Amino acid sequence: MKKNAGKRSWRKSLQRDWQLYALALVPLIFLAIFRYAPMLGNVIAFRRFRPGGNIFGDEWVGLRYVSMFINDPVFWHVFSNTVILGGLTLVVCFPLPILLALLLNEVRKKAFKKVVQSISYLPHFLSIVIIVGMVMQLMSLQGTANQIITAMGGEAIPFLQRAEWFRFIYVGSEVWQTVGWGTILYLAALTTVDSSLYEAAEIDGANRWSQIWHVTLPGIRPTMMTLLILNIGTFLNVGFEKVLLLYNPLTYSTADVISTYLYRVGLVSNNLSYAAAIGLFQAVIGLVMVLSANFISRRVVGASLW
Amino acid sequence: MVMQSERAQSAKPRRGSKARNSRDSAGYRVFTWLNSTILVILCLIMLYPFVTVLAQSFSSPGAIKAGLVSFWPVDFNIDTYIAVANNGMFWRNYGNTVVYTVVATIIAMILTTSFAYVLSKEHLRGRKVLIGIAIFTMFFNGGIVPNYVLISSLGMKNTMWALVIPGAISVFNLLVMKSFFENLPKDLEEAAQIDGLSWFGIFGRIVLPLSKAVIATMVLFYSVAFWNDWFAAFLYLDKSELFPVTLFLRNLLAGASSAATEGAAASGSTASALSANIQSVTMILTVLPILFVYPFVQRHFVSGIMLGSVKG
Repeated sequence: MKKNAGKRSWRKSLQRDWQLYALALVPLIFLAIFRYAPMLGNVIAFRRFRPGGNIFGDEWVGLRYVSMFINDPVFWHVFSNTVILGGLTLVVCFPLPILLALLLNEVRKKAFKKVVQSISYLPHFLSIVIIVGMVMQLMSLQGTANQIITAMGGEAIPFLQRAEWFRFIYVGSEVWQTVGWGTILYLAALTTVDSSLYEAAEIDGANRWSQIWHVTLPGIRPTMMTLLILNIGTFLNVGFEKVLLLYNPLTYSTADVISTYLYRVGLVSNNLSYAAAIGLFQAVIGLVMVLSANFISRRVVGASLW
Repeated sequence: MVMQSERAQSAKPRRGSKARNSRDSAGYRVFTWLNSTILVILCLIMLYPFVTVLAQSFSSPGAIKAGLVSFWPVDFNIDTYIAVANNGMFWRNYGNTVVYTVVATIIAMILTTSFAYVLSKEHLRGRKVLIGIAIFTMFFNGGIVPNYVLISSLGMKNTMWALVIPGAISVFNLLVMKSFFENLPKDLEEAAQIDGLSWFGIFGRIVLPLSKAVIATMVLFYSVAFWNDWFAAFLYLDKSELFPVTLFLRNLLAGASSAATEGAAASGSTASALSANIQSVTMILTVLPILFVYPFVQRHFVSGIMLGSVKG
């Protein structure tokens, strides 16, 4: 009975809205081919793939490729590089926009605030190639960093060829690129903090610092949690394109991360199934991490993504 | 009366600045001064890389090699600009970027606008499912290897289609557009429906003309993203005459980097200084259109982010 009614109203809505469904058709085909087919294409992690053959592979090989990377010492090396680089980025790049937003929030001159915002958002709109180009020039032997070192009597350091400097350069340029843009959501949250709370705090004798601590920070806590969840979820995807542009064989020992390794294994050396297995592993860990961060934050602070 | 209400209004958004000033005026003044200083320094740091690249692009290779260039050009000249301007491949790649950006933006706009419109119709059966299909792609994507396999097997390698099609629907842009359509006044569409206009007619003749602002915004978002992209070209194109300018620049950087790695530049050869010159000029010319549209993009992007985060 119920099913029948459902069918009838489906027919009715198809009759009335067929043009809307028609408009959705091409986008849906697009999503099926370019988003969902690659997701299914991950089965080649468990199937032997012949270049030029079936894109979903030819025959099942089970967990062969999975055990291959689990037993691959290079994999574990790049895995720990990824965790270190991702962890450093998270620890440095997550709090700085909050700090900057608090500083901007205290600026009373609107024009000055706007100028600071416009300048600090700018790197967000640049191609990653441009950003890496700038980093390379600043850190080159003739670049500003070495000009300062030699001016102080030191000896020029080939930063970009030194593995021990890679993390510093990566995280530093990441800050430059993201700190301004990262303030947007916090600034929006700050405008919604109820001004009567400040007045009440003031009457209670709270000075500026305790106002920030007890009124401002709690006001932006949901935003902080949401962004923290998102950052944790994308933690393993450390700027793949940036590392790829910035690293070289001399810095592999600290710079090589999971995504660059699977890129070289898969697309340069043509072990596509092996690389797909690593990629799938990374994607699943990412998903698990978002879900668990979301779960924990919902339990602990009552803020969650969905 | 009027004055009173005016004062009440102007006092509210300032969140009691007067009262606070009187409370800790000395300490607060120090703080304000310190705060402004920090922010000014921050701005200088943000701008410095642009300044030094610009200075290098006008300097002589010798000055760069000697490490003399920081804020101002040394031995001012435009030789490098002339050299790059005479490089046929640079202009060819620059032109490719323009073509790719235009074509990709048109494709993306057609798909995003029509899909967003459908998703904005609250009465539509299956709407939730359609939205779910779109949003899921934000959290899980196929990954680089399956994508590569797909594009190769579709025969799109070494064609512009590999660059202009796969980026066609950005879910973020889709959601921003959807909520714009949802907030359009409903009565116009209802009136058109009573007049017997079909959905196609309503969409084309009523909704689109009302949406010029959001369409302009989306065109900017997409074109900035496509202009900046290099990775799709890096993966799928082998022929240098097809490259976009970002890949041209990437190859310059990679060439300089591998030269340095092999120790050629360790002794500070002119080759690396010369390439620093050419890099700078290429970077300036590549970034110029972005700087040009930046004021518009920034304003809309900020409001878009808000919209997306409120609705998202």
